[in-house]
Amino acid sequence: MAKSPEEEHPQKAFGWAARDNSGTLSPFNFSRRDTGEDDVTIKILYCGVCHSDLHTAKNEWGVTSYPVVPGHEIVGAVTAVGNNVNKFKVGDKVGVGVMVDSCKKCNSCHEGLENYCPQMILTYNSFSRDGTRTYGGYSDIVVVDQNYVLRFPENMPLDAGAPLLCAGITVYSPMVYYGMNQPGKHLGVAGLGGLGHVAVKIGKAFGLKVTVISTSPKKENEAIDRLGADSFLVSTDPAKVKAAMGTMDYIIDTIAAVHPLTPLLCLLNVNGKLVTVGLPEKPLELPIFPLVMGRRLIGGSNFGGIKETQEMLDFCAKHNITADIELIRIDEINKAMERLAKSDVRYRFVIDVGNSLSKVDQNAQASRLFYFAT
Amino acid sequence: MGESAEQMHPKKAFGWAARDSSGVLSPFNFSRRATGEKDVAFKVMYCGICHSDLHMLKNEWGTSTYPLVPGHEIVGVVTEVGSKVQKFKVGDKVGVGCMVGSCHSCDNCANNLENYCPKMVLTYGVKYYDGTTTYGGYSDKMVADEHFVVRIPDNLRLDGGAPLLCAGITVYSPLKYFGLDKPGMHVGVVGLGGLGHVAVKFAKAMGVKVSVISTSPNKKEEAIEHLGADSFLVSRNQDEMQAATSTLDGIIDTVSAPHPLLPLIGLLKTNGKLVLVGAPDKPPELPIFPLLMGRKIVAGSAIGGMKETQEMINFAAKHNISADIEVIPIDYVNTAMERLLKADVKYRFVIDIGNTLKSTSSI
Repeated sequence: MAKSPEEEHPQKAFGWAARDNSGTLSPFNFSRRDTGEDDVTIKILYCGVCHSDLHTAKNEWGVTSYPVVPGHEIVGAVTAVGNNVNKFKVGDKVGVGVMVDSCKKCNSCHEGLENYCPQMILTYNSFSRDGTRTYGGYSDIVVVDQNYVLRFPENMPLDAGAPLLCAGITVYSPMVYYGMNQPGKHLGVAGLGGLGHVAVKIGKAFGLKVTVISTSPKKENEAIDRLGADSFLVSTDPAKVKAAMGTMDYIIDTIAAVHPLTPLLCLLNVNGKLVTVGLPEKPLELPIFPLVMGRRLIGGSNFGGIKETQEMLDFCAKHNITADIELIRIDEINKAMERLAKSDVRYRFVIDVGNSLSKVDQNAQASRLFYFAT
Repeated sequence: MGESAEQMHPKKAFGWAARDSSGVLSPFNFSRRATGEKDVAFKVMYCGICHSDLHMLKNEWGTSTYPLVPGHEIVGVVTEVGSKVQKFKVGDKVGVGCMVGSCHSCDNCANNLENYCPKMVLTYGVKYYDGTTTYGGYSDKMVADEHFVVRIPDNLRLDGGAPLLCAGITVYSPLKYFGLDKPGMHVGVVGLGGLGHVAVKFAKAMGVKVSVISTSPNKKEEAIEHLGADSFLVSRNQDEMQAATSTLDGIIDTVSAPHPLLPLIGLLKTNGKLVLVGAPDKPPELPIFPLLMGRKIVAGSAIGGMKETQEMINFAAKHNISADIEVIPIDYVNTAMERLLKADVKYRFVIDIGNTLKSTSSI
């Protein structure tokens, strides 16, 4: 019979998990593997709350196995390293993003694109090589192969840097791959949330002109005054969209909900590129004419490889780019998720794991007993 | 009252036109402009029948004005050149494709992408700079600005070369632009019609491995034996499609009827590109997950610029590529349209204008 999450590994671990598709998170005892030869054990200090965490907690993509401990924007300090580990030492500040393993043998892995490896293993809600579930960063410790751990730049604040591990790389990777980084060109950023606001900052650092495209007119001041966007376009205003037609070279589409692509495609110049990084629950409609008549393309992109994630962190450190965050305690996570569902956050919640997770530990036993008794 | 088509210009011309959205073609007297300084006038020898001609005849895109003389795969022999024409002389074999004008001042025109110029003028069915309507190649003569005329090399047959002017460039341009022309790559071609069969020939000449993807199993032998495709996938056969998952660097999708994109996206390798050149009238679903999970692209492409059209013609001549055609007399054209609607042609009708289009002055 399969071992319980608490028993399957030797190192005790504690976190918060969702047990069903209500998505409600609560204290959860589980375990982590021993620090293997290639492994780094990390005491988690902060973990960003990504919209994917919410999608997964509520099983909105239909692929969740419960209990699930979300969290793939993990920052912490190294507490132990395996014998073969040469990249990190105890005390280093490190990060873990969306994946924790891959096959290491295929072309994608050899090209630094582990994120596209067919056997890539996600930080949470996946199966490890030993058949056990992976649990994410809403927890006190994590053990990861050194090849999937990022070095945190010296001058980067840990809390505000955490979201870069998913939000940051998710926009940085396609901006580089699709050539959306030529100074002087015009970038549209559709959606001003966790991903969108980082895309604005990175776009400006690339020397691009940046227009935020949003359905919420009240985000305009923020976008321009605080984030440094050059202009703001309300996409539900047909006259404004018409006036901006054919003016953009690229668009990063970060919108997580189902939305029409036609207005976005029409904003693009000939040969324009729309890259979609949001994951709506249902397929979108593909308007053919704007695609064909302007040789435009729609591309997808899925976070990034380890090498480019490190490159992104170093780039952001150099340009003083971090996420705009709201720091929360672990016991505030469910409220945060409700607010996240309404996009009520500027622009990422980050859980202060180091200071708030252990405090709840003592109550965890009591809560569990209560849970099972009722 | 506006001048009639016959009186609009000084040179008498004769062709076949549709008068309404029934799309039925019949003899039509009209006129062509005098050969301007930069113009090339030529006697039309052959004109290919493109599926766009059928869409336009029946006003399926809602933009047609009648009378409509279709035809944008036009080849012939030069009869007169304007005083400033440098590239052509009387007797040259030439062709005109889908466009006859553009603004020459925008970025697209400057980059040899006249096909994407917002003021691009189509060969038929739209207004030219002088306010007159453009008439296409189902006619005895053409007058076009030198910039929009291509030379047909001597070793490229005129009749089989005509369809290259639209079908050819429409598939050649994306093969090059999206980098699907590198030897050793593996490209899929969806749909084996006018565009598809030329795509197979071009891709093979580029050293690319080609898989034809089609709903019709009976096209397999043709595809492999005759056109040289390396393999053939029946798109409704789930096992075949599954076995070919993640094998293609790119796909040129020539099908204009509505069809699902998800199975095609599944055939692409990571970073693979699905390029749509057919234009279905209903937007298909775009499945997002597979696009993201493999960093794949869906793109569109429309004909090509003049420089690359000439390049394509030269490439075809060099590699002995011409379209597989069925040559027909002009008075067969309505029957040809009915057969085209059922995709009953291997693979392009070409009207033998030179030998069969004769003006009947009694009309």
